[in-house]
Amino acid sequence: MLEDKDRIFQNLYNDFGADLASAKQRGDWKDTKEICGKGREWIINEIKTSELRGRGGAGFPTGLKWSFAPKEVGSRPHYLVINADESEPGTCKDRDIIRFEPHKLIEGCLIASYAVNAHKCYIYIRGEYFNEGQKLQTAIDEAYKDGLLGKNSAGTDWELDIYIHYGAGAYICGEETALLESIEGKKGQPRLKPPFPALIGLYGCPTIINNVETISVVPTILRRGGKWFSSLGRPKNTGSKIYCISGNVNNPCNVEEEMGIPLKELIEKHAGGVIGGWDNLKAVIPGGSSMPLLPKETCETIKMDFDACVENKTGLGTAGIVVINKDQDIIKCMARIARFYKHESCGQCTPCREGSGWMWRMLERMAKGEATRDEVDMLLDVTKQIEGHTICAFGEGSSWPVQGLIRNFKDEIIERNKFDPIVKKQKDIPYLVDQHLLEKENA
Amino acid sequence: MAVKKISKVQPEKFEFSKKNKETADSIIKNYPSGKQQSAVMALLYLAQKQNDNWIPLSAMKYIAKYLDMPYIKVYEVATFYSMYNLTPVGKYFFQVCTTTPCMLRGAYNLVDVCKRKISEEENCLSEDGKTSWLEVECLGACVNAPMLQLNENYYEDLDPTKLEQIIDKISNDEVPQPGSYRGRLSSEPENTRKTLIGNKNA
Repeated sequence: MLEDKDRIFQNLYNDFGADLASAKQRGDWKDTKEICGKGREWIINEIKTSELRGRGGAGFPTGLKWSFAPKEVGSRPHYLVINADESEPGTCKDRDIIRFEPHKLIEGCLIASYAVNAHKCYIYIRGEYFNEGQKLQTAIDEAYKDGLLGKNSAGTDWELDIYIHYGAGAYICGEETALLESIEGKKGQPRLKPPFPALIGLYGCPTIINNVETISVVPTILRRGGKWFSSLGRPKNTGSKIYCISGNVNNPCNVEEEMGIPLKELIEKHAGGVIGGWDNLKAVIPGGSSMPLLPKETCETIKMDFDACVENKTGLGTAGIVVINKDQDIIKCMARIARFYKHESCGQCTPCREGSGWMWRMLERMAKGEATRDEVDMLLDVTKQIEGHTICAFGEGSSWPVQGLIRNFKDEIIERNKFDPIVKKQKDIPYLVDQHLLEKENA
Repeated sequence: MAVKKISKVQPEKFEFSKKNKETADSIIKNYPSGKQQSAVMALLYLAQKQNDNWIPLSAMKYIAKYLDMPYIKVYEVATFYSMYNLTPVGKYFFQVCTTTPCMLRGAYNLVDVCKRKISEEENCLSEDGKTSWLEVECLGACVNAPMLQLNENYYEDLDPTKLEQIIDKISNDEVPQPGSYRGRLSSEPENTRKTLIGNKNA
């Protein structure tokens, strides 16, 4: 277990208050000037040494991402965009950072902006987080007043302005290019990549986009050294991470822990165990709703980091752990997730727009036991036709949970959906032929 | 994609109040010159707040002129995002999250309460004409499930009885205390906190 002194978010539970004075007491803004004084190369190299991987779900190395920004500013200005459009079901970590540790985020914005040569930073926060956004605005105002932002931010001689842009309830705007479209005042439909935003992003200018948690841990890493961060966890999966444990546990909570902590420890120790005891566990979604679920056997042993999750055919994603126990109907739970994706598909690519509805309707029928046995394979086929055939990763996000369900609970679905078209069983003819004409009494 | 209906009854004219005009102008200044279109989402939200929680077509036309952009582009944005109400909703607008993490903790029991105490159908006004409710997708407070959003505030850790009390209060025009209804101040684990012990209640 991570020691308390190694936890980055000391105010995760708001024991101290989120204002500037108490943030400074916790060590924020301490020597921002000296850190920036060491230069861009040093900052980026230190982040590379720390092996920090993006906390927004994809786990892309942050240092590498920053190094993609052009070294010199050309005719187009650079932008830094912070993705605070936290909408993945099961995830609520960014909300707590914005509420309770806003100064870690703002300081991170300054350092990151300096590292990628940006003078403007937009924080895209989801519209529902209106109160959280107001708290963040208060923190930004405090920082301006204290000379930590604006011209000569925190004595670094770097000019930075931070603006908040509110979303309006579209899950897809968490996808980075859709987010840029949304800031530009258009509907949030993802762009084709390449070109990648690091070269052509917001308003056609080089743009670096990072998750709230990624940016918020940067100041602490630079203060304590990349080596310290990489000593936590295991190689390529370093540092600490906020895990959100929700669903059927006794004490749902957010907790910052070391990468690679066993899932069972998270659930048993921090979240007070599964409701009805560990034996009552049915399945766990380890990384927000887009990631395939894990059956109980895997939950016994799996460690929570990027690579270990991939080895177990799932993903760490945003580390939003949703625990499902045996009192729940697993098919119904996944049908509800499929409904979420059907609702949130932006409608740009046909496989996703149509397929997400198909998956939802089929799963709803399967939950009621109204599907035929063959449809299980058909459903798997539908997911395969969505996955990889869309502009953005939403296609994967919507089909993976369904694939996970079929992979682990196929027997249960078939058990419930025993129904076979009579015609097919009795005579060897295709299903769609008018059945009543073939039955004896009608013939 | 959500189905969006445009209200049949539309006011003739819409104009920002003086205060909102100032807010709108300061929002436009957040974006580079010539990129005023970026402010469309914020302005639509302002219009919605000014116009009793919904956006009439005249407001979209007004914003299009205000930002010097085609009307259809504003319309596109207003119909794409789910937080813009294009038909009148209640003065007190309940949005119940029913996505899986909330559903696991009994969000549909809250929906039943809404059906019983507000209106049988979603998006219909209650008898006193003040409240309406809607089932929405994940609101991002999964650790405090089940929860709902009432206008701008989150009400967390609910159960049917507590929701009934909230609805009763709101129909007397009292705004109930937002936040957790089990006394939690954050997303810390109740009773079993094992981390940051030294900071506790510092």
